[in-house]
Amino acid sequence: MTDWKFTVRQIAKNPLSVVGIIILMFFVVIAIFAPLIAPTPEGHLNPYMIPREGYSATPQPPSEEHIFGTTEGEYDIFYGVIWGTRSAFQVGLVVIGIVVTIGIILGSLAGYFGGVIDEVIMRITDIFLAFPALILAMAIVAVIGPSLRSVMIALTIVSWPSYARLIRGDILQVREEDYIEASRGIGASSGRIIIRHVLPNAIYPTLIMASLDIGAIVLSAAALSFLGLGAPEGYADWGQLTSFARNWIVGPYQNPLKYWYAVTIPGLFILFFVLGWNLLGDAFRDIFDPKLARR
Amino acid sequence: MKDLIRIKDLSVRFHTYEGIVHAIDDLELDIRQGETLGIVGETGSGKTMTALTILRLIPYPGKIESGSIIFLDTDRRREFDLLKLSEDKMRAIRGNKISMVFQEPGAALNPVYTIGDQISEVYLLHRRNELGHRAKQRVDNLLSDGGGPVASVKRPFWRWQRRLYNKISQESNPFEPRFLSHLPLFRRLLWRLKNEANLLAVDMLKDVEIPDAARVAIHYPHELSGGMKQRAVIAMALACSPDLLIADEPTTSLDVTIQAQMLELFRRIKTDRGASVLFITHNLGVASEVCDRVSVMYAGRNCEVASVKELFLHPSHPYTKALFDAVPMPGKELQTIPGELADPLNPPPGCRFHPRCPNAMPVCQQEKPKLKEISKDHMVTCHLF
Repeated sequence: MTDWKFTVRQIAKNPLSVVGIIILMFFVVIAIFAPLIAPTPEGHLNPYMIPREGYSATPQPPSEEHIFGTTEGEYDIFYGVIWGTRSAFQVGLVVIGIVVTIGIILGSLAGYFGGVIDEVIMRITDIFLAFPALILAMAIVAVIGPSLRSVMIALTIVSWPSYARLIRGDILQVREEDYIEASRGIGASSGRIIIRHVLPNAIYPTLIMASLDIGAIVLSAAALSFLGLGAPEGYADWGQLTSFARNWIVGPYQNPLKYWYAVTIPGLFILFFVLGWNLLGDAFRDIFDPKLARR
Repeated sequence: MKDLIRIKDLSVRFHTYEGIVHAIDDLELDIRQGETLGIVGETGSGKTMTALTILRLIPYPGKIESGSIIFLDTDRRREFDLLKLSEDKMRAIRGNKISMVFQEPGAALNPVYTIGDQISEVYLLHRRNELGHRAKQRVDNLLSDGGGPVASVKRPFWRWQRRLYNKISQESNPFEPRFLSHLPLFRRLLWRLKNEANLLAVDMLKDVEIPDAARVAIHYPHELSGGMKQRAVIAMALACSPDLLIADEPTTSLDVTIQAQMLELFRRIKTDRGASVLFITHNLGVASEVCDRVSVMYAGRNCEVASVKELFLHPSHPYTKALFDAVPMPGKELQTIPGELADPLNPPPGCRFHPRCPNAMPVCQQEKPKLKEISKDHMVTCHLF
């Protein structure tokens, strides 16, 4: 209980992390209550597909019926950004979850046992790291066919190597500590030493990086969607909404800001989502750092 | 008295890029039951390596080249060679029959677990049967207690727990509890085991004279002082009443008053528990305080093994004599041993000490001296005798 209070106080000390948490709570609420905030019209089969009024290419400004207006193809922007929050969480959390798991398993095998195992795993990560991440992701999506799932697969494949590296480095450092030698001295097995003694001391940098990375993953997913490699047309996804607005960033000669809502609103959602995770990453650093004396 | 450990012709070498490091060379040593044997020597003379070799925990490029370490298992009255055991059997010995106290008490404790957790881990590793038995008795008490309406609801659950703990107390690695302990949430069902281990850990902390042991047990290592941490580390090593306790410079990082308390503790351990202690130190004064016998090591070999009295009254090996001369005294200029510690990569042929020895003879350069008994309880490795 005192630990919990201490943690809360640590976070409260840093106002930026409080802002981060508030922003993310806001998005969590949106994602959970999406069906109430933006009800799916009747007869619409898949709630993730944005309802459309017609096929007109020109975006329509915000009105009572469409609070944020409509974008190219008369897709409702409000519906799109609300349900797009769910897609964003899905992509970010699932990809980070898988990536961190793979990273921890391979990284700790490589770091703890060293030798040939280390050599093999690290050379494989080198191969993956040799390609520019976004280009490799694009190539993978192009091969398996564009969809939200293939975006997730592609982002997993390009991001696990850096996690394996990071955790290997920390494990290399921790396994030399005396208390690891001491736990070998009391007769603990390798598996037990890795799980109970090495990982709890080596995992914090990885968790902090993961929380910072969720934003970056969502950003990459949006970039892939923007390039037309993401979800199918009409799927609620922020990247796709900005992609619809591609031709309407600048309005006609007399009124360049005429279609501002088409690109700005989905853009702001992406911006705040990524900002929220980045600020939360700092908060995690305060929570997780075991070296902070608990007074 | 019988020998608990007999080390014969032990050689440990490190195969590095620069060449072969002769860390331990033809070492012969025996540790008797219930005695404290001190190993004294300079930094790099192979003291710690000897300790790690007994536990078979030599770091990576190191290899045991030859020799044997015969260990007498007091429970089964059987002798076996530690160097020939499988890794699994060796794990069952570490922390159970032979345990080690490390030099730096702060570094030997894991910063993310409480003191109690770390000591109870030893029990959870080596005393599962006993813990299962104790947990079963607790559940038995609950069952026979009768109790109110709540108890009658919980009864079937208690019966199931009783069966589980009974299995743990009888079999070496029963399937059901092992399966449960691998499932993240279900492992909590075995909480009584952990609870019993924690109780034993608190008892152990009381035994090493930690005041208010129950409160200290829930503290993290960084919340304790150096002396307390060292006591906790000793408690961890003593948890399963080992036959041999290896203490690797346990007093070096402590200040003098705490050192004195630690030495007192080690003396008490020996008399109360009848355990043998292998006490590694580079401090001759400390060695004379706690040890029954002392072995002086130089460059991976032992020069002289004798009872404390013999060694301090009649040092015979030239290196031991030089060591005693090098002890700083007020009003006397500090005597040093000429030359440098033998290079372990390229040890001098014959006796390792001959380049620095004032009594060197031609034979010292060619032949390795053997351990010879010159009087009762006094053995020397030198061609002079």
